[in-house]
Amino acid sequence: MSGEIIWDDLIVSGSHSSFVMKRNTALRITDLDGDGNLVTLFYNNDNRLERYNMADTLKAQHTVFLSKGNVCYSDMGRIICSIVDSSCGWHDTISGMSNAKTVGSKYGILNYQEARNDMHHNAHDGALIELSKWGLGKQDLLANVNFFSKVTADDFGNLSFVSGNSQPGDFVDLRFEMNTLVVVVSSQHVLDPSSPYLPKPFALSARNISTAGPYDFCRKSCPENERGFYNTELIFR
Amino acid sequence: MTQNNGSFTQRNILYDFILNAGESWMHDVLAGQILRIVDQDGNQSADTLIYNSNDPSDRYSATDTITAQRNIYLTTGSRLLSNEGNLLMTIVEDTCGRHDTIGGACSAESNTVRYSLDKKYMHSCRDSFLLAAINCNCHLGKRDITSNINFFMNVPVCENGTLNFADGVSGPGKYVDLMAEMDVKVLISNCPQLNNPCNAYNPTPLQLMIW
Repeated sequence: MSGEIIWDDLIVSGSHSSFVMKRNTALRITDLDGDGNLVTLFYNNDNRLERYNMADTLKAQHTVFLSKGNVCYSDMGRIICSIVDSSCGWHDTISGMSNAKTVGSKYGILNYQEARNDMHHNAHDGALIELSKWGLGKQDLLANVNFFSKVTADDFGNLSFVSGNSQPGDFVDLRFEMNTLVVVVSSQHVLDPSSPYLPKPFALSARNISTAGPYDFCRKSCPENERGFYNTELIFR
Repeated sequence: MTQNNGSFTQRNILYDFILNAGESWMHDVLAGQILRIVDQDGNQSADTLIYNSNDPSDRYSATDTITAQRNIYLTTGSRLLSNEGNLLMTIVEDTCGRHDTIGGACSAESNTVRYSLDKKYMHSCRDSFLLAAINCNCHLGKRDITSNINFFMNVPVCENGTLNFADGVSGPGKYVDLMAEMDVKVLISNCPQLNNPCNAYNPTPLQLMIW
């Protein structure tokens, strides 16, 4: 991605953040150490009742994962953001996020009194903290994207976590098609079998980007996306 | 609870209702009670959401459920978990064998994306969900309409990550029994979808029983 960086930030291992990305800006997320998992949720910031919808995203594109050329759909038939580039071939959409129970049973409980800021965090609580800053809450916590993680299903539906999906420096570029509230939490994937508590750091950088053109790769990746872009562009006419 | 090859002579049926296609239904199922959903004519989709009656923000979560059981499909033994990790209901019997929980519910807006822009007027599950939520007088609304279960729907996922909407694995009279593990409210939309071959373009009634 070219162009001047508007802002950049570091998501420290295990931490959480939320921010607004305007239409015609792009966000690069970089998995600095590799094997990271960034829990991510999206809401239309002009009407936060409109939000990322896992099922609509998957059904429209006949896929259970996201990569370059895919888009993230809202529950209103519109496109929140497009994956205009990704050095990582698979981003998980179906596995949800960790909570106090899953982190406690897998890694043990480590609280602030004992460990200060090395305490064990979980994605559920991190996401709720961020949501509450914008007047949102438990009812707004939905199926999320797990950037940089890969989970496959066999013929019987059994899920497998695929290790080594993301290398140090792997990135994904999201072009925002509407003004979007973004919530991110660095948290190990729920199905990650590795035993130590070791969430990873991520670099974020925002740039300006031009609107998707008529022959845009994401727009043209399937007829459904052409209609999704049409629906989205209607609200900006 | 002993199963008697579908004979209910031994049971005290508390409730028995036919839910036509395109209609929604919301009902309390108390801890220990069983809700049976019968696919009367086969390959119908029962789009289903479940709420903790005492705190509806504690509600069915597709992702928590499939991640905990490490399997993407629901069948006998599946523990239906909430977004808080609590056990809402368990599937105690299933003559169909496989149910979807990642395909979601149809909506006017998603119909425009999936099929064509002129399908927006058609009746949809999310319209049914929203109307039932508004009319339940239990403070539910759009924020509470989350990723649902599609009982009797077959949405196979391939190892390469592609998602298909396949012909149903259900058939006339197949059913699923859900035992309430706490007091829950169950919201069902009997899917009115006319654009998808999975129900042979012919939505049909469901039978709902509680004992």
